[in-house]
Amino acid sequence: MTTYIIRRLLQALIVLILVTLLVFFIMRLLPGDPLIIYVAQSAQIEAMPPEMVDKLRHEFGLDKPIMVQYFNWMGNIFQGDFGTSIYYREKVSTLMRERFPITLHLGVVAFIVGAVLGVLAGLLAAVRRGKWADKVVTPLTYVGITIPVFWLGILMIYAFGLKLHWLPISGYTSPFKDFWLNSRQIVMPVICLAIFSVAANARQMRSAMLEVVRQDYIRTAWSKGLRERRVIIAHALKNSLIPVITLMGIGVGMIFGGSVLVETVFAIPGVGRLLVSSIFGQDYVVVQSITFVIAAIVLVVNLLVDVSYGWFDPRIRYG
Amino acid sequence: MAESRITVSDFLEIAPRVSEWRRFQRVFFSRGMVVFGLVVLLLLLLTAIFAAWLAPYDPYQPLPKDSLAQPGKEHLLGSDLLGRDTLSRLIYGSRTALMVGFISVGIASIIGIPLGIIAGYSGGFANIIIMRIMDALMCFPMLLLSLVIAAVLGNGIHNVIIALSVATIPGYARVTHGVTLSIKENDYIMAQWAMGSGYARTMFKHILPNAFPPLIVLMTMQLGNLILAEAGLSFLGIGITPPGAAWGAMVNDGYRYLLKNPVLSFAPGLAIMLVVFAFNMVGDGLRDALDPRLRGLL
Repeated sequence: MTTYIIRRLLQALIVLILVTLLVFFIMRLLPGDPLIIYVAQSAQIEAMPPEMVDKLRHEFGLDKPIMVQYFNWMGNIFQGDFGTSIYYREKVSTLMRERFPITLHLGVVAFIVGAVLGVLAGLLAAVRRGKWADKVVTPLTYVGITIPVFWLGILMIYAFGLKLHWLPISGYTSPFKDFWLNSRQIVMPVICLAIFSVAANARQMRSAMLEVVRQDYIRTAWSKGLRERRVIIAHALKNSLIPVITLMGIGVGMIFGGSVLVETVFAIPGVGRLLVSSIFGQDYVVVQSITFVIAAIVLVVNLLVDVSYGWFDPRIRYG
Repeated sequence: MAESRITVSDFLEIAPRVSEWRRFQRVFFSRGMVVFGLVVLLLLLLTAIFAAWLAPYDPYQPLPKDSLAQPGKEHLLGSDLLGRDTLSRLIYGSRTALMVGFISVGIASIIGIPLGIIAGYSGGFANIIIMRIMDALMCFPMLLLSLVIAAVLGNGIHNVIIALSVATIPGYARVTHGVTLSIKENDYIMAQWAMGSGYARTMFKHILPNAFPPLIVLMTMQLGNLILAEAGLSFLGIGITPPGAAWGAMVNDGYRYLLKNPVLSFAPGLAIMLVVFAFNMVGDGLRDALDPRLRGLL
């Protein structure tokens, strides 16, 4: 087990390095002078006198070989220095520290909702296979994985916000300032972020459970005279969770991807919205930093998922 | 290589292939939802092909007098701020969706599948390099990666296609890699080696066809995912060049007039969902019919 974890950590480190390379070089695909990443929009650079451009290039180290530039950039990141936003005139790390908590708050709530509701719904559908509960849950899971989240958001804003006036239609208030308002504000965004996870987890849970309950040890549990609740919860649940856990790892990426759309629809000042506005503001230092941090989070979560297999399934030997 | 054209496996394949096809049909058409999905996709294809005949109005021509017209006899689903007919734009939008979907699947699979085969079959260093790069790409949420790439490359639908293709390459590489690892242990691959077929021939003539069932399923499902992702991007305003019609952008346009005419936003969203749903259903049906063991994996 320890060897496996060490090997997995090394592998993750390599992937992390590749991630930094990808992020760095994607930004260099920008047409024109790489100065636009650090200083200003391309039109502004064209208007500058050439000496000035050269001076700026030197200041940002852009006159050095590209690999040196890459290592400088990476060195700064590991010291927590992501650069300065050209639009906000602020440290990118400060911007991210303000906005990441909001995205993480919504994301964590959505993740928990997705995991709990998904597993319960899938369990119910599997145990009551062919009964009405299954007939309701299974088609809904198909809707859940195909619905465009931004459209779902708009539908809910129309129904619960504009027509019924049950919930506020946009914005985000800190839960420490006004917990009740915050809770009402995050209901719809969380539903949007969680719907895919709920549906995907439920689907996976249902099929995994149906697979597991056919196995011999479950028959043994039945023949020992155990009640249904005990057979399912004590014996079948843990084994059928394994494929669902993998999916939850993927779900984290989906939640971050969704936050870009959901924060735009509900005007929530999180990183997703910051990313979109920075793209349109050509504020590439911010784009670069957010992309990197999100990829790093996804990497770590998937590492944790891989390692947690051992707890759920001791049969996995980690060769 | 005349002698290698007739092999024992060719003779063995002739007989079961017929019943294989029947079995496929039986399983594929047995679920109502799958048939429904297939019908939706056929209708979508026809809509895209005959858009010019089906659309009641020119989707690009502004008609100021019809600005924000309510749904009714003249405009079945109303019209947008510029007076362009929503239904006509919806019909033309099917072209954008299908084009982005099919081209992106094509590019991503042409790059991803060979990468997966090479990684799985040759193992060693090539395997490590390729698969770790794929792992790195998979750390980025698909929508996020394609958003950033498309933004960096600049406006235009072709850049969206490139971005979506890059973001979906790892899926093909991973599936192909996995299948290749299990196929290469088979005796018939060993036999090919013994008969002197080279690397390339073994990989693409013998491994690739066997890797096809899961790949076909993956491609079908990816078509749906890509259309969903493209809708997300165009909702954010990435990759659309006015006056072109994209469903995601239409949802966003209509969002502003939600109280006045909700249909503007509701209709294109419903179209996206229906099409993605249909691709998923057909993918599901293909999976069950081609290889039921894939259930839960794809």
